[in-house]
Amino acid sequence: MTATHPYRAVEAVWRIESARVIAGLARMVGDVGLAEELAQDALVIALEQWPVSGVPDNPGAWLMATAKHRAIDTLRRRTRYARKLEALARDPVVTREADEPDLDAALDDHIGDDLLRLIFTACHPVLSTEARVALALRLLGGLTTDEIARAFLVAKPTVAQRIVRAKRTLSSKDVEFEMPAPADLPGRLSSVLEAIYLIFNEGYSATAGEDWMRPALCEEALRLGRILAGLMPEEPEVHGLVALMEIQASRIRARTDASGASVLLLDQDRRLWDRLLIRRGLEALARADALGGALGPYALQAEIAACHARALTPEDTDWGRIAALYQVLAHVSPSPVVELNRAVAVGMAAGPAKGLEITDSLLHERALERYAQLPAVRGDLLAKLGRHHEARQEFQRAADLTRNERERAVFLTRATACGDGRR
Amino acid sequence: MRYMVLLKAARPSSPPPPDLMEAIAKLGEEATKAGALLDTAGLAPSAEGARVQLTGGRLSVTDGPFTEAKEMISYALYQVRTKEEAVEWASRFMRLHRDLWEGWEGEAEVLRVLGPEDFAPPV
Repeated sequence: MTATHPYRAVEAVWRIESARVIAGLARMVGDVGLAEELAQDALVIALEQWPVSGVPDNPGAWLMATAKHRAIDTLRRRTRYARKLEALARDPVVTREADEPDLDAALDDHIGDDLLRLIFTACHPVLSTEARVALALRLLGGLTTDEIARAFLVAKPTVAQRIVRAKRTLSSKDVEFEMPAPADLPGRLSSVLEAIYLIFNEGYSATAGEDWMRPALCEEALRLGRILAGLMPEEPEVHGLVALMEIQASRIRARTDASGASVLLLDQDRRLWDRLLIRRGLEALARADALGGALGPYALQAEIAACHARALTPEDTDWGRIAALYQVLAHVSPSPVVELNRAVAVGMAAGPAKGLEITDSLLHERALERYAQLPAVRGDLLAKLGRHHEARQEFQRAADLTRNERERAVFLTRATACGDGRR
Repeated sequence: MRYMVLLKAARPSSPPPPDLMEAIAKLGEEATKAGALLDTAGLAPSAEGARVQLTGGRLSVTDGPFTEAKEMISYALYQVRTKEEAVEWASRFMRLHRDLWEGWEGEAEVLRVLGPEDFAPPV
């Protein structure tokens, strides 16, 4: 088999297979750091052999088998070494016969289970969110240290350190390579979903002209979410998160205009929305709904996003439904920002006065003290009520608070427009 | 990045072996669970289709079958990080044909789908 760029072909296989190889090895050796090293050893051998002999027919199996042999060698060496130590110490306890488990069998079954274990381990709550994100992108995404550094706009050594420390923490805290106990599952799953959504948002917040690794994070997060959904099809919040990400990603092309400025949702050219992603998002949401039970925060946010996605024009938006969904979200996952979004929806559904009432209750929220969106929303509602003088003050305040140049320009324009008696 | 994989082959005289169809379904499931396969479908023979042509400023419509030796059999849309990843998935697909349908020949074209990066505003 000829490949035009043999190393790139090997790397492509690596991206597809590495997570499963690492997962299977981690189950064997009980340590994700060691598992990654062994997997990397197999990659090195592949990079040496495949350009010469061609990519094998079943490259995933080849990588797994090669890494497995190195794992067995490593384990044997450790056992021999441990035995030597014991002999030297003349331990009175009789050394047990080394019982090497049937490693072959253990490895071939439960590939999916192993991958799930790897996901939960990489996103363990004992790690900081930054560490979880770096480890997930490395072990599950197969991203290089350099790629992760560029994606998050941090220095390469910082990322390298983060990953080393994360692996050390998992070792030192004796984190088992196991599925969480059923009682712990909701909390552990939360950690995983949080890390994935963090990756997505980092990519979503990337602006035009930045390193392409940044928007690529959205795709990476979507990939991880879809993988998780395939492994845990009975978990509605997993489908909820995937739905939310698919629908948000559907708007990427419409979010920036020709000059690179941000375009608000209601002003976006909906012909640029990716209908395939919307379809996939709505399907994922349907799976979450079909599983029954109360909707969790991700599914609720996805439902809200779906309301927008279904509207062919802004005028078709079902604001009543959105307001009701925010009401539920406010119970399930309360926060001042959720309440502010609810105010916007209520303002559209029941009139600006009702929306304004809700924002009144947010004026003393410490969390929103320096949040430009609060005065911006108030400004918009006041303008709709014809209270132009107050609206101008709010837009001015929003302009003062924001650190985003383009946003400031938008707020100043609206402030000026109020002053002239327009809008 | 997205890539479309278009399968082209001479329309076979017999239907594909069930083993192959089963293996293709499994591969599709694997690619979906890997988060890489976004969409896929088989295409009916051109005998059921039509061609709308524009030549010399005039439109003409012709019913299939078309006279080319190769027909378009199916498409698959992948989300991958590199062209080589798409090539690997297409290769796995073709290897199934090699192993489970003796004598079958065909080609899978791997084409990049234009995305937001192609329409991004200038820096």
